[in-house]
Amino acid sequence: MITRRQALIGTTIAAVAAASRSPVLAAASAEDVANLAHERVALVAPPLVHPHEQATSAKPKVVEFTMTIVEKEIVVDEAGTKMWAMTYNGSMPGPMMVVHEGDYVQLTLINPETNSLPHNIDFHASTGALGGGALTLINPGEQTTLRFKATRPGVFVYHCAPPGMIPWHVVSGMNGAIMVLPRDGLKDGYGRPLHYDKIYYVGESDLYIPRDASGAYKAYETPGDGYADMIAVMRGLIPTHVVFEGAVGALTGDKAMTANVGETVLIVHSQANRDTRPHLIGGHGDFVWETGKFSNGPLKDLETWFVRGGSAGAALYTFLQPGVYAYVNHNLIEAAELGATAHFKVGGTWNDDLMKQVSAPGPTVAE
Amino acid sequence: MATSSNLILIAAAGAAAIAIGVASTHVPPDATEFVTIAAGSFSYRASGEYLRDGVAVDAPLTTVTFDRPITIMKRQVSRAEYQGCVDDGACKPIDDAAPEGAGGLPAVGVDWHDATTYAAWLSDRTGRHYRLPRDAEWVYAAGERFSDDALAVDGDAGNPAKRWIAAYDKESAAATLDPQPLPFGSFGRNANGLLDVAGNVWEWTDSCYVRHATHGAAKDSAVENCGVRVVEGRHRAYMSDFIRNPRGGACSVGPPPSNFGIRLVRDDESGILARLVAMARLLGIWRT
Repeated sequence: MITRRQALIGTTIAAVAAASRSPVLAAASAEDVANLAHERVALVAPPLVHPHEQATSAKPKVVEFTMTIVEKEIVVDEAGTKMWAMTYNGSMPGPMMVVHEGDYVQLTLINPETNSLPHNIDFHASTGALGGGALTLINPGEQTTLRFKATRPGVFVYHCAPPGMIPWHVVSGMNGAIMVLPRDGLKDGYGRPLHYDKIYYVGESDLYIPRDASGAYKAYETPGDGYADMIAVMRGLIPTHVVFEGAVGALTGDKAMTANVGETVLIVHSQANRDTRPHLIGGHGDFVWETGKFSNGPLKDLETWFVRGGSAGAALYTFLQPGVYAYVNHNLIEAAELGATAHFKVGGTWNDDLMKQVSAPGPTVAE
Repeated sequence: MATSSNLILIAAAGAAAIAIGVASTHVPPDATEFVTIAAGSFSYRASGEYLRDGVAVDAPLTTVTFDRPITIMKRQVSRAEYQGCVDDGACKPIDDAAPEGAGGLPAVGVDWHDATTYAAWLSDRTGRHYRLPRDAEWVYAAGERFSDDALAVDGDAGNPAKRWIAAYDKESAAATLDPQPLPFGSFGRNANGLLDVAGNVWEWTDSCYVRHATHGAAKDSAVENCGVRVVEGRHRAYMSDFIRNPRGGACSVGPPPSNFGIRLVRDDESGILARLVAMARLLGIWRT
């Protein structure tokens, strides 16, 4: 028997659910969609992200992207270790796409004849058909176009998921992220808007590179030649490398990320396969969407955040001190020994109030 | 003052030396070539860290004078040479198995103890005195290949980050080398005739890490830590003496050296005496 109280709660929940679904998410007819404006967006290689509006007053549109799949041998560490990478658009991870909630993502995926394997794409942001995987499987020499409606705001992983060899493709580099922004932008959890001056997309990968009897990493003629050996290493679940942007040191030195004191940076961090725990050494996460889904209010003042394998998270931080910051997976063995370290170079004026070296290192003083 | 027993020893050894000169090679010749750099003075950027009134500053430029020539290995110690010390039971094996053909490449993956042990073993075996160079000697021998680590950043006491970023940029620009050891000579020859100075193998020195501090009129202080030694190469680094393979990442933001290897100096200043002692040793006249 339903009490009056239960009935009231039910009504309230229904009202909240209705309010949280913006009109742009109402079902649209094929004709409606055909009348939407289209925008072609050129993708850029990570850690950069293509230009985009953080909030928009425009009507929903169809955002067109094209990605060409590139199988290529890459070098993953300073010792010259090689791996056959499978990539979306030649970068590891693939480029980040940005749309707004209610927009349609229209992706043309191209598998050139020069490749050796079938590929597809599974968007965690999409609904149905194994995330689009069942509709996009293409052989070398084929291409396909998929459209899906971006109904849930957040940062989401996409990855390749060809039948029978999903994890091999994913840990060989075939993953990336898409950000579906709320149409009115990011909020602090109390309805106040949040903005970023810069955005970086960090894609973390766990690599499993086979070794020969002497312990030296092996290289192979083709991706397929290394398949069985790599699967054997993968089944041990201990990566040989854990890297950002496909290689040890890909975001350090002259490739370090940059910011200035007072600038707010949104760092999107994806890991398509394995858990990770980003940490900014010397800084914080002011507002962190640990699960990456913007309908959930951000966590505040975090030291380290947890990004589940198969998801992306987003952290917003305003830099308060100049200097060199390390951005790491705070399993420090993975950071220092396996490669999961990036750097931020931050210019600006030092704040003595936040930190001051009261006494520089010197000889010990007797009490 | 020479005692009579010393004199006898020297006389006996001298006789032996003549005998050896005829019969040749009881004292094994150096397997590697050495380069002798003339005595002289040069301007030396001191190693170690310097603080002035609590603020990090560039190390001072000092004038260093060598009264005697420096005799230093033309190339680094090879993997095969180091293996000789391992086979003799004196040196610790290198961790990584040697890939085929690695014997002729520079020995890498050695810590300061390995390098010091190798020098002692080689001295013992040859009767000559080999040792790691002191940092000033290395810099003198490196000549134009020395990377001055002065940053020439305005001493801004209010913003330590300027120095960190300048150091990061400088080291990043210098350290983008494939660490795979290469045949001797791959990184060329410096003006003094040394091969591969500042290539992809950094070299251990015998100098300890020192932090110097000056405070206005107060007495200067220097704290030495000999658990950390100066390593020289494309940039100067300070490394704990038990580290065989440097690693960067996490909190240490500067790029690490690619490899650690060995280049020794040979003390020839007491060359004749050392040689006589060695011969005496070989002949069983003098046991140490």
